[in-house]
Amino acid sequence: MSVTTLDASLTSCLANGFIDPVMDGQASFRAAMWALSRPGRVEPIAAALTPPPPLTPEAAALVLALCDYETPLWLDPALARVPEVAAFLRFHTGAPVVEDAAEARFALIAEPLDMPGFFDFAQGSPEFPDTSATLILQVDAFTGGLVLEGPGVNGRAAFGAAPLPADFIERMAENRAGFPLGVDLLLAGPGGVAGLPRSVTVKEG
Amino acid sequence: MNAHAVGGMPEITYNFAYLDEQTKRMIRRAILKAIAVPGYQVPFAAREMPMPYGWGTGGVQVTAAVLGPDDVLKVIDQGADDTTNAVAIRGFFEKTARVATTTSAREATVIQTRHRIPETPLSENQILIYQVPIPEPLRFLEPRETETRQLHALAEYGLMHVKLYEDIARHGHIATTYAYPVEVAGRYVMDPSPIPKFDNPKLDNCPALQLFGAGREKRIYAIPPYTKVRSLDFEDHPFKVQRFAKPCALCAATGVYLDEVILDDKGGRMFVCSDTDYCNGRQEAGHRGEMAAPVGEGA
Repeated sequence: MSVTTLDASLTSCLANGFIDPVMDGQASFRAAMWALSRPGRVEPIAAALTPPPPLTPEAAALVLALCDYETPLWLDPALARVPEVAAFLRFHTGAPVVEDAAEARFALIAEPLDMPGFFDFAQGSPEFPDTSATLILQVDAFTGGLVLEGPGVNGRAAFGAAPLPADFIERMAENRAGFPLGVDLLLAGPGGVAGLPRSVTVKEG
Repeated sequence: MNAHAVGGMPEITYNFAYLDEQTKRMIRRAILKAIAVPGYQVPFAAREMPMPYGWGTGGVQVTAAVLGPDDVLKVIDQGADDTTNAVAIRGFFEKTARVATTTSAREATVIQTRHRIPETPLSENQILIYQVPIPEPLRFLEPRETETRQLHALAEYGLMHVKLYEDIARHGHIATTYAYPVEVAGRYVMDPSPIPKFDNPKLDNCPALQLFGAGREKRIYAIPPYTKVRSLDFEDHPFKVQRFAKPCALCAATGVYLDEVILDDKGGRMFVCSDTDYCNGRQEAGHRGEMAAPVGEGA
């Protein structure tokens, strides 16, 4: 009996990470890099991962590529509720999972509709704006309805993702107003990642 | 254990692109923040590289963090593919990452550069990585890092304008010819590395991603694609680039940056393209400058 419980917990904790950590990590980083460089474009991310749900393969690939012992990681309640998620991420990255959102360098959000305000996360300081948090949001689909402007966008770009908080445009406007402080967003959806850095201006399309 | 030993020496193997994975992640995180705050210098824990400071250790670390197995790498030093620094760095990545290399600016996906931007316009899927000696544009005006950091935080760039004004007062024009300061996306003033100011207009609205790495000074900064980059100037002294009186002596190109080559001790000289790939391409296409070998005699 105890043997089966142990087995079950082991298999979920030790769900495979990257098959080739070096190359898969590089490819996932490059997707994130281009995503933040060209806001609104969905960069393909090949994620042959089977993380414990509700963590998606794309979001897991970003965390495995970018996080390690130096990057405190915050999980939203939907992810924190499932102990296998934290165990999976701890095992593969060594990142400390923190309770206080303000301490996190990376935040992983499975349910964007219920996410805390952007100001609950590290904003960086005027001297060191790079110390702000990067938020990884799991979305179900890339849609439309928004228009982006700013560095990385050639003129204007159409964009959209679902689900996003109802007050998303206001949140992004506040985030932009605080530039160079503010959080950066990576949206992980089916097969791809999109980036919304703090430099982007988001309007209704 | 000795299966791969050759002549008693163990075979040396490297992690892909030399750096260990934790170092790459640290650099990658710095690159992402640099892209999110265009022109801001992100501190990073630069490693010792198997080359001296001043030989592009910052650029090499950024390249190593970015590079993937399918990339095609081009390395230029002052525009040339065949100078020591360029050849050495190309060889370094051929050996440690086994990536394909090229001298063609069109074929390359990643271009590491020392002090030039290629004449061939860059495209959307390319990454241009600059080697930077002194990333802080205000350093020679204010030596204290704590102060320059605050000046950037407050966007207080009066010092830089005073410096450019003093140029005008002394010389009648802005005499800064390289590492000419720029304002990125309307916020941060940035050192574009010691590229000639001739190249500054190419920084603006460039379709490629531009990354800057300073190894000794431990800073990474970036200009995302299609970002407004303005060379600092005054209304009555607008930014101007230098012009050359003659076209390239080998390929007859005009509107490109030329290097002066001394030919003898009697004042003989020629001006040739600093970008060797561009010059060779034009010569292959049949363009001939006044000092080029006649067709048929070979290069």
